[in-house]
Amino acid sequence: MLTIKNLQANVEGKPILKGLDLEIKPGEVHAIMGPNGSGKSTLGHVLAGRPGYEITGGSIFFKGENLIEMETEQRARNGLFLAFQYPVEIPGVSNMEFLKASVDALQEHKGEQPMDSVSFLRQAREMYKQVDLDPGFLKRGVNEGFSGGEKKRNELIQMLMLQPALAILDETDSGLDIDALQVVAEAVNSLRSCERSIVMITHYQRLLDYIKPDFVHVLSDGKIVRSGDKSLALELEEKGYGWISEVE
Amino acid sequence: MSKQALNHIINNEYAAGFVTDIESDTLPAGLDEDVIAFISAKKDEPEWLLQWRINAYREWLKMAAPDWAHVNFPKIDFDAISYYSSPKGMSDGPKSLEEVDPELLATYAKLGIPLHEQEALAGVAVDAVFDSVSIATTFRSKLAEAGVIFCSISEAVKQYPELVKKYLGTVVSQADNFYAALNSAVFSDGTFVYIPKDVRCPMELSTYFRINEAKTGQFERTLIIADEGSYVSYLEGCTAPMRDENQLHAAVVELVALNDSEIKYSTVQNWYPGDAAGKGGIYNFVTKRGLAHKNAHISWTQVETGSAITWKYPSVILLGDNSIGEFYSVALTNNYQQADTGSKMIHIGKNTKSTIISKGISAGKSSNAYRGLVKVIPRASGARNYTQCDSLLIGDTCAAHTFPYIESSNSTAVIEHEATTSKVSDEQLYLCQQRGLAAEKAVSMIVNGFCKEVFKELPMEFAVEAGKLLEVSLEGSVG
Repeated sequence: MLTIKNLQANVEGKPILKGLDLEIKPGEVHAIMGPNGSGKSTLGHVLAGRPGYEITGGSIFFKGENLIEMETEQRARNGLFLAFQYPVEIPGVSNMEFLKASVDALQEHKGEQPMDSVSFLRQAREMYKQVDLDPGFLKRGVNEGFSGGEKKRNELIQMLMLQPALAILDETDSGLDIDALQVVAEAVNSLRSCERSIVMITHYQRLLDYIKPDFVHVLSDGKIVRSGDKSLALELEEKGYGWISEVE
Repeated sequence: MSKQALNHIINNEYAAGFVTDIESDTLPAGLDEDVIAFISAKKDEPEWLLQWRINAYREWLKMAAPDWAHVNFPKIDFDAISYYSSPKGMSDGPKSLEEVDPELLATYAKLGIPLHEQEALAGVAVDAVFDSVSIATTFRSKLAEAGVIFCSISEAVKQYPELVKKYLGTVVSQADNFYAALNSAVFSDGTFVYIPKDVRCPMELSTYFRINEAKTGQFERTLIIADEGSYVSYLEGCTAPMRDENQLHAAVVELVALNDSEIKYSTVQNWYPGDAAGKGGIYNFVTKRGLAHKNAHISWTQVETGSAITWKYPSVILLGDNSIGEFYSVALTNNYQQADTGSKMIHIGKNTKSTIISKGISAGKSSNAYRGLVKVIPRASGARNYTQCDSLLIGDTCAAHTFPYIESSNSTAVIEHEATTSKVSDEQLYLCQQRGLAAEKAVSMIVNGFCKEVFKELPMEFAVEAGKLLEVSLEGSVG
């Protein structure tokens, strides 16, 4: 699904990723943990193709193709999805309009007819119920006046509608109470399949109690310094991130 | 986004920019009393109207072009403009469609304005003005059944002289301002509408203005009278060919809303804006004003994407008690376009209400200014105004300005003013692109969202049109 080799990237001229390797196979769920400033979110944005994030070395292959050469929207159309940590508001553009445009863009890329409005609406309403949001939100502007938790759930709805091959969740758990966390976990778990890969970027072990990862990686100063299974996350929680730098 | 995609978008052209190859009777450039007499004679006008024009001309000679607007352009040489042009054979005014030059009909078909009634938009009657003359007015017999008069102003002067004489210049006087005075002296054609007492006009009325001939000005004059208790919805659209030189369009629109009547006036203005380097384009210097009598309601809605320079302030004089004035505007400027536009609401009657919603969008190297006046005179107790002006910037080489003027002389007046400025942010674009949308699709979606409050005021058929027009006008604005 995704093969990253010796990835180096700058943000505003400052090196953030300094030789990162990562291999993700279809069906796998990976968790990426690490202290603040270690480069976790940068990795998500570099993969998604955020303007201003400059790749200075290494390679990224997504479904066998060179990801670095693809435009941001091309990556999305090929099935790469990033759930944002801080989703922006788009006033006046309804969630319905936004979702439909997005679903249509992906369908078109696959050479398929756009989804008819009735089935689209039915499906979108289902998704809102699934993440415990009132379907009335469909008529509201994208993230306009939403609470932090509502924004995160709105991201998940987009993910559920677009059915990506690779979903990257950037601290989707931060700022959520325990009930909301369970809703998020259920939504993510419902997406798990042998053809789909999921990357969870998180600061805390807590989320991993609900979404069991196959692999846990620890990022420190722009590199993956430890990889292991779920027990690594528990060890981290117990000993803190300071433990990692001491080991190094 | 990629260089190629960007180049493709930038090179996209103004679709209405073609020239119709047709023979015209065009007056030599220049203006004096003889020219005015010629225009008046050409139209077979009565003596009073010729005198009215001459008076306006004499007033105009004493006036200077206004220089307070936030726009820059070289001084206009009024002697280099031709003040009258008409397609050959059309100078006698409208005839039946069968007699109209097929080349002209083709022009309108190309612009998406079918003049054959069976092909026309259901429920919309059209008056088409080509350079200085009206070439066709559709659905007239159907309107006549309801007693509605919808014809060119030249024809109205002949057929309904008493109505024209009674109302012409009562809202915008001959000496109102420099361009209005010029228009009063040389106006060539335009639309006349009269809705009789207690009649609800059975269809949308619309006028389509087209400048074709080079080095001509278009000076249209529109007069709409809604008699007591009547209702009318009217829409005007405009385009012009792409030419290197600037062309002047100085129109006057007067609305008279008598007691308990309602006029909804919508404009979708797409004059040629000039090329990407700022060459050519229309100078759109227009005076639009409505007079609202007791309980009357006047509403202006405009979507402006064209013109090199726009200077325009559709206004309402709230003369009668309980009258209502509204102004909803979307003004978009790209490349080197300049716009200074807004509204005036003059509260004279008691318990009068006005609303101004203005959305300015600037892209490229353009400049977009909102200028508005809310005035409440001492006897206008209970007056209320709500003004909201929002500016949206695309890129960082454009400018937005807001000049609100409030003059309230009555302590019971409630005036609210809100203003915001925002940018289409990189984060918004990134979010859209991450969801698979191309950058230009994302920008047009964001801009449409910004304009939603105004679009919902447009007649249904034109709201979609307006959205598409914005999309075309924005092309080349992202990079």
